[in-house]
Amino acid sequence: MTDVRVGYYPGCSLQGSSRDFAESLHAVAKALSIDLVEIPEWNCCGASSGHMLDHLLSVALPVNVLLKAKKAGLPQVMAPCAACYNRLATASHEIATSPATKAQVESVLQTSIDKLPRVLNVIELLAQVSERIAPKVTKKFEQTVACYYGCLLVRPAKVTGFDRTEDPVEMDKLVAAVGGKTIDWNFKTECCGASFSISRSSVVGRLGARIMQDAVKRQAEAIVVACPMCHSNLDLRRGEINQQLEHKTDIPVLFITQVIGLALGLPKKKLGLGRHFVPVKFPPRPLAPPAVQ
Amino acid sequence: MSRIGVFICHCGENIAGTVDVAAVTKAALDMPGVVHAVDYKYMCSDPGQTMLKDAIVEKKLDGVVVAACSPRMHEPTFRRTAEEGGINPYQCEMANIREHCSWVHEKGAATTAKAIDLVRFQVEKVKRDHPLVPIRVPITKKALVLGGGIAGIQAALDIANAGSPVLLVEKSPSIGGHMSQLSETFPTLDCSQCILTPRMVEVARHPLITLYTYSELEKLDGFIGNFKATIRKKARKIDEKLCNGCGVCQQKCPVKKIPDEFNEGLSNRAAIYVPFPQAVPNKPVIDLANCTYYKTGKCKACEKLCPTKAIRFDQEDQIEVHDVGAVVLATGFKTMPVNNFSEYGYGKYKDVIDGMKFERLASASGPTGGAMKRPSDGKTPQHVVFIACAGSRDRLKGVPYCSKICCMYTAKHAMLYQHKVHGGQATVFYMDVRAAGKNYDEFVRRAVEEDGVKYVRGRVSRVYEDDGQLVVKGVDTLLGAEPVEIRADMVVLATAVQAQNDAEELAQTLHVAYDPYKFFAEAHPKLRPVETNTAGIFLAGACQAPRDIPETVAQASGAAVKVAGLFSQPELTREPIIAVVDRQPPPVFSHCVGCFLCKAACPYQAIEEEQIKNRNGDVLKVVARVNPGLCQGCGTCVSTCRTKAIDLQGFSNEQVFAELMSI
Amino acid sequence: MAEQFEPKITAFVCNWCTYAGADLTGTSRIKYQSNVRVIRLPCTGRIDFMMVLTAFSRGSDGVIISGCHPNDCHYTSGNYHARRRWMVFRDLLDFVGIDLRRVTFSWVSAAEGAKWAELVNEATNNVRALGPYKEIQQLAAAGID
Repeated sequence: MTDVRVGYYPGCSLQGSSRDFAESLHAVAKALSIDLVEIPEWNCCGASSGHMLDHLLSVALPVNVLLKAKKAGLPQVMAPCAACYNRLATASHEIATSPATKAQVESVLQTSIDKLPRVLNVIELLAQVSERIAPKVTKKFEQTVACYYGCLLVRPAKVTGFDRTEDPVEMDKLVAAVGGKTIDWNFKTECCGASFSISRSSVVGRLGARIMQDAVKRQAEAIVVACPMCHSNLDLRRGEINQQLEHKTDIPVLFITQVIGLALGLPKKKLGLGRHFVPVKFPPRPLAPPAVQ
Repeated sequence: MSRIGVFICHCGENIAGTVDVAAVTKAALDMPGVVHAVDYKYMCSDPGQTMLKDAIVEKKLDGVVVAACSPRMHEPTFRRTAEEGGINPYQCEMANIREHCSWVHEKGAATTAKAIDLVRFQVEKVKRDHPLVPIRVPITKKALVLGGGIAGIQAALDIANAGSPVLLVEKSPSIGGHMSQLSETFPTLDCSQCILTPRMVEVARHPLITLYTYSELEKLDGFIGNFKATIRKKARKIDEKLCNGCGVCQQKCPVKKIPDEFNEGLSNRAAIYVPFPQAVPNKPVIDLANCTYYKTGKCKACEKLCPTKAIRFDQEDQIEVHDVGAVVLATGFKTMPVNNFSEYGYGKYKDVIDGMKFERLASASGPTGGAMKRPSDGKTPQHVVFIACAGSRDRLKGVPYCSKICCMYTAKHAMLYQHKVHGGQATVFYMDVRAAGKNYDEFVRRAVEEDGVKYVRGRVSRVYEDDGQLVVKGVDTLLGAEPVEIRADMVVLATAVQAQNDAEELAQTLHVAYDPYKFFAEAHPKLRPVETNTAGIFLAGACQAPRDIPETVAQASGAAVKVAGLFSQPELTREPIIAVVDRQPPPVFSHCVGCFLCKAACPYQAIEEEQIKNRNGDVLKVVARVNPGLCQGCGTCVSTCRTKAIDLQGFSNEQVFAELMSI
Repeated sequence: MAEQFEPKITAFVCNWCTYAGADLTGTSRIKYQSNVRVIRLPCTGRIDFMMVLTAFSRGSDGVIISGCHPNDCHYTSGNYHARRRWMVFRDLLDFVGIDLRRVTFSWVSAAEGAKWAELVNEATNNVRALGPYKEIQQLAAAGID
C-alpha cells in the first residue's frame, strides 16, 4: 500500500486543547499509511480574532501557510481543525476569485501567488482512503452515534465544495464503514456556540443543550465530531449544557479519528481517550442477540 | 457594356448643403459604364421617381444607383420605382451619402470626395447585379400544436376557429395540463376545472382539430410553410373506437397501488387507468411498467371484463407523418422537485409538500374531496407554513430568476386553507411579494386583511421534525431580524418553475434556441415575443418563461394570430438575398467538393447534401445545396467555402471585391 | 510642413447592427472624420478575410470590422464565426507583416451611434499616427502579388 503524502497543518488547537484529536489522528494515519508532513514554520490561521478584525490579515495568514506548504512540495494540505480548514479554504477561494485581494496579499507577502495547494478537512482525507479502512477493522464499532458536523466543515458551499451543505453525510459513511450505526437527526450543522465558550459559556450551554437533547432523544450513544471547538463545547462544557437539560446526559463526544482508531483496534491510550471530560463509555450490550421466538 | 444611371439627391439642403452635388454628378459621368447622371432636389418625391422611371426607358438603363439616404430608409421605394421603370428591382442600388456622409462630415472637398467614392462603389456593384426574383414558397395550411395544456388548447382553438386545421399533440393520456390539476385560480378563486373542461371538450369536438394524446413528436423536418412532422402515437393498448369509457377495466384491475400522477402521488390508481374523470379523451391507457400481464404474462382481467372488447394487448406504437405549415410550442413547465431542498428535509418528511400537491389537497376533485388533510396521517393541520421562493431567486442552489406565479398562488393557498380550516393559521415566509397584475395586489391584501394570513418577511433556514411536528426555523427581518421558530403541522414549498426535463432535447429536434435555463427563446424579447428564431415556429405559455394563466392564454392567442396571419397568405414571398451553390456541366457538376464546412457554419440548417447520380442511379458526387426556404442570407457559408462554390445573391463575391477594387 | 497625411480606412460592417448604428450617427448629426468608406454586408459572418487583404492591397491604410454584439447577431451566430475567423486570421496578418494596429475589430449596435463615431475617429487617428501603409507597395515592387 503506497503512502498518501499530505501536508499537515496542526494549528493551535491540536497542540493545546485537542491533543486527543492530534494523538488519534496520528495513530490512525499511521495505521492507514498516511504520511502527515507537518508544514515547516507554519503560522496562525487567523481564526476567531484575526478574521474578525482585518480582512487582509485573514487572507494573508492562511495564504502564507499554503505558500510554505507549496514550497515544501505538498500538493494538498489537511487541516484537522474545522476553523483552520475554513480559514485556509476561504483564503484559497478569495485568491482564486478576487484579483484585487490577490494583488494585495502578494504585495504584503512580497511574493507572487500561483496555484495554491488543495485544502482538505479530516473527513475528506479519510474519505480519500476509505477503501483502506474496512479491511483493517478488527473490532467493529457497534454503537449508535450522532455525527455532528458543526458549522465550519461544510459551509459556505462555494468555499468548501464538500458534501451536501445542509445535510452532510460523509462522516456518517465513515462511521458506517467501521460498523457503526448513525442516526438521522436535526442538528447536524447547528451552531455549538464556538468561541463563546470563553466569553459567554452560558450561550454554549443553551445551544449545546439543544444539540445534545435531540441526539439523546433519538437514542444516540455518542456524538462524533471532526472539530476541536465542537468537541470542547460538547465535552468540556457538559456542565453548562446539563444545567439547561431536564434529563442530564453523560454520552461521550468522540473525534471521528478516535472512532476509527477504536475499530482498527488501536490502544486507547494512543487515541487520547483518557483526556475527555465526559468519560468514554458505552451502555453494556447483551452478549448474544435475543433468540428469535 | 452596362448602361448605368446615377441619380443624386439633394435631400433639400441635407445633402446639397455639405456635398457638392454637381461635382458628384460630373464625376459619376466619368465612371465606366455610367451613361446618365443627374441630380435632383428630392429623389424620393413623385417628380423624382418619375424622373428615374423615365430615364430608365429613355436612356435604356440596365442598372440604377440612387445616391441619397440610407438604403435602410428608401431602398424598397427606389427598387419599386426601378421595377416600374422596367428593370429588375434588384438592379437598383443606393449610395448612402446622407447618413454616412453629409450629416456626419463638415462641408468641404474631402466630404464630396467621399460621396464620389460611395457612388463609385455602388456603380461597380450594380454593374454586377443579376436580376433576381423574390422567392415564392407554398404554405401547407395546417398547424401543429405541441402540448395540450391551457396554452396548447387556446392556440389550437384560435387557429381552428380562424379556419385552419390543427394537430394537437399531447404526450400524456389526456389534455388539460397543469391547469386541470389546480383547485381554484387567482385572483378570482373560480374553479380551475370549471373554466377549463368546457375548453377541453371544445377541442375534442372541433371538426378542424385532430387530437393526438399519448403521442410525441419524433422529428420535424422542413421549413416554414413546409414542415414534415413525424408523430409517434404510443400504444394505449385500447381500441379507442370501441372503448366507451365505462371504467369497468380500472375498477377490476388487480394492480391498484400505483401512485396517481394526476393527484401528485396522494392517491393510487390502477395499471389501466383514465388520468382523471374529466379526461379528454375519456379512454384508458395501460401502464406497461405496472401491468401484471406485461410483467408476468398472466392476468388479462380487463380484457375478459371489457363489455365492448376494446382491449388490445398486441397494439403497437404508430408512426404518422404529417405536412404542417406552422408549429406552436406549448409544452409547459415543471416544478423543482421537493427533494432538491436539503434544508427542508430532502423530501423525507411526508408533510413537507409542494404547491401542486396542495392544489390536489384543496381541490374538490382531489383525493380528500377538498378537505384539508395532511398526507402523513390524514389529520387536519392546525398550522400551515408556506415557504415562498423555494429555489427561485437562489443563485447558489436554485435558479436565479423569479418564478413569477408563486407569490400569487401562495396567497391563494393560504386563503383557501383559512377558508377550509376555521381556527387554523397560515403563515407565509416570503422575500418580496410580487403581485403585479390586474386585481393581484388586492388579492394578496385580502388574504392578509380579511382571512388573517400571517406574512413573515424572511427566509427559512431549516425545517425539521420534532415530536411529530415540523419545526420551521426562520428569521423575521422586519421585527428586529429575530430568529423565529414555528411549529407547524404541514409545510408547503412554493417550488421554482423550471423548463420541462426534455426541453433541451425538443429544442434541438426543432432547432429552436433556448436560454441557459432551457426555456425556449423568443426571437426578440420585446417586439417578437411569440416567435422563435426559426421561421414558422411559435411559442405559447410557460415553455418560454414562468407564466400565469392569463398571460399564457394571451400569448397562446398571440401565437395563434401569427399562425393565422401566415396561413392567410396564398404563398410566402421572401427577399431573394440567399446563398446558392454553383452548378456546372458534367463531369464537374459543381465546384463544391462536398466538405460541408458550410453546413456546420449555417445557423439555419439550410444546407443540404445533394447526391448527383448517373442514369443507373450511382452516386457520382455529393454536393451542397441551399434550401431557399430556410436560408436567411447571412452569408456565413460563403466566407467558409474553400472552393468559392457557394455565393450570396445580392452580395456576391464578385460584387464585394469589385467594390473593393474601386477604393 | 507637408500636408497632413489622410489615411484611407475601409470598414466592413453588418447591415443590421453597425450599418444601422452608423445611420443613427447620421441622424444624430454626430460628426466624425471622413476617411472611412463603408462596405455594407449582411453580416460579419459574410466577411471573407481575403476582403481585408484586398482592401490593403488596393491602398487602404486601415480596416474596421464591426458587427452586432455577441449574442445579438441578427443571424444568431454570424458574428461568432467572424470573431473566431478573426482570431485565426490576425496571426496570419501578423505573419505576412501587416501591423495589427491597422485593423480595428469592434461591436457597434444599432443603438450606438456615438460609439461608431468614436470608433472611426480612434481608428483614423491610430492609422494616421502609423503613417501610410507602404509595405504592400514594397511587396509589389519586389514582385510579390
